[in-house]
Amino acid sequence: MSGGGVRSSASTAPAKTSPPQEPGPPAPERVSPRGRRIPYPAVLALLGGALAVAVVVSLAVGSVSLPPTDVAAVLVHQVFPGWVDPGWPATYDTIVLDVRLPRVLLAGIVGAGLSAVGTALQALVRNPLADPYLLGISSGASLGAVAVLVSGAMVLGTLATPMVAAFAGSMVTLVAVYALASSGGRMTTTRLVLAGVAVSYVLSALADLLLSTAADPHLLTSIRFWTLGSVAGAEWRTLPVPATVVLIGLAVLLWQARWLNLLVAGEESAGTLGLDVHRFRTGMFVLVSLMTGVMVAVSGSIGFVGLMVPHAVRMLVGADHRRVLPTAALLGATFLILADLAARTVAAPQEIQLGVLTALCGGPFFVWLLRRQARRERALR
Amino acid sequence: MSHHEVRAAELDIRDVSCTVGEREVLSRVSLTVAPGEMVGVVGPNGAGKSTLLRTAYRQLRPSRGRVLLDGTDVFRMSRRSLARRLAALPQEFPAEFELTAHDVAAMGRVPHQRGIGGDRLGDERITTVSLEMVEMAESAHRPFDRLSGGEKQRVLIARALAQEPGVLVLDEPTNHLDMRHQFDVLTLVRRLNVTTLAALHDLNLAARFCDRICVLAAGEVVALGTPVEVLTEPLLSEVYGVHTEIGTHPRTGAPTVLFGN
Repeated sequence: MSGGGVRSSASTAPAKTSPPQEPGPPAPERVSPRGRRIPYPAVLALLGGALAVAVVVSLAVGSVSLPPTDVAAVLVHQVFPGWVDPGWPATYDTIVLDVRLPRVLLAGIVGAGLSAVGTALQALVRNPLADPYLLGISSGASLGAVAVLVSGAMVLGTLATPMVAAFAGSMVTLVAVYALASSGGRMTTTRLVLAGVAVSYVLSALADLLLSTAADPHLLTSIRFWTLGSVAGAEWRTLPVPATVVLIGLAVLLWQARWLNLLVAGEESAGTLGLDVHRFRTGMFVLVSLMTGVMVAVSGSIGFVGLMVPHAVRMLVGADHRRVLPTAALLGATFLILADLAARTVAAPQEIQLGVLTALCGGPFFVWLLRRQARRERALR
Repeated sequence: MSHHEVRAAELDIRDVSCTVGEREVLSRVSLTVAPGEMVGVVGPNGAGKSTLLRTAYRQLRPSRGRVLLDGTDVFRMSRRSLARRLAALPQEFPAEFELTAHDVAAMGRVPHQRGIGGDRLGDERITTVSLEMVEMAESAHRPFDRLSGGEKQRVLIARALAQEPGVLVLDEPTNHLDMRHQFDVLTLVRRLNVTTLAALHDLNLAARFCDRICVLAAGEVVALGTPVEVLTEPLLSEVYGVHTEIGTHPRTGAPTVLFGN
């Protein structure tokens, strides 16, 4: 380039130390040494290991504590019979496989699914503060499920009806919040979050209204427990649907990851790079609503996982969705399994709702993000 | 210098009108940009510069007329195949998502990619060469949102270059840049020898860098020609309502626009 001084910022060697700032607007924050990331395969291996440990520990801890080595042996024996000699008491099989494993698996599936949905939503609305809970989508799903549970209108059976209703609820809510946030101009963070919170309040109130009409107090207690977010009700028979939907959803998201990357560049830019933004977003909204609906139907609204995990993951592996999505799924599964372990042990024999625990971690995180974003917006001005 | 084995294309805007709501924001605009030529679109705010550009890069369908790229209507091409031949820089910056300069430039390869999985080696090479061309290769792993305005604009140009386009459409590429960066960005674009259509605010920059200038006012072309032909005191007074003095650059011979009194 001909303008002599341009090289000032670029001429230094690829430095480990912080690169010199270009003269002109001073950098608002220090430049973090992001060049020294852990290699991606190592991140995956580490998180895979962490997930395995979380599963085993989670299966070992409970009203009866089991030796983790035996728990691992039970699992290995199930998958590869003949690798280990079954030298453990037969009751271990029952405790691990029938009682505890469905719950741990559900926590893992929901953790992975919520993290993937959060990642996708953040790209779709181009806002790092998006999360299925914060945008009110979970509340919409809850309302749908509560409506059919209270009315008892199980037209599609007790398993499928709440899921379909929750899917419908989340889809309608997502479209409504998106329309509210983007009507009359540019969608800002404030508008998006306010629209999500407002819609969420209205929907929660409607769900409470419905619940107050419920006759059966037993049903009421169980629904209340579930709406706050919990995987305590996991059984083997409830697992296949969420597992399938989350796995297929993850696969589709991964397949579309390049386009998610483009969307971050801006709608108009994504269009000029070959993406039919409108059609893509519509399809993604359906997918994200389906995943959220099914997860809420089995585990209630578990908030902030979809907000925290993608952020942590981007710091680890960068912004490319082809890397972010698998990493987020692994980290999300591990996180929620451990959170559920805490939920059932911290105040044992009482259980804390999982959603309460994630909100306790997520709330402060959200505030930190908001402040950071405000700082950056100020710095840009 | 060029990794552009790609031939510069011809961009032919034919009798294009555009209505937004009830209002006609472009009326019967015709403009042909020859292969390798750079045409600047100037005009007061609201004249329809961005609208014209948006029809050219296929984000806005004209209500009449057509935009042809080497003879093919851009609306008859798939978005992806158009993206392999025409690169556009809308006035838009990527959202804050921990993107590096390299991530942004690599987006230009997406229209050329198929299926899932990693980028091929060729993609990586072209991304790197593109960053080198805008002298940002050594900042490839710096976070995009911490770059200066000029550096950001250069990275976005690298993204466009990575598309290996025959046509560049730039919406105010020098907006918010200081004098040196304005000059550098346009020098770079000029050196590429790609067919370029650029909306510009600064008439002196337009005069210095463009082969021809198209003056828009209220959605209509009021003048189209070389800078010397177009930048005249009566025309500027009519279009901008400002009295000017037109001089001649002592060395380049380009017209210079000064405010009168």
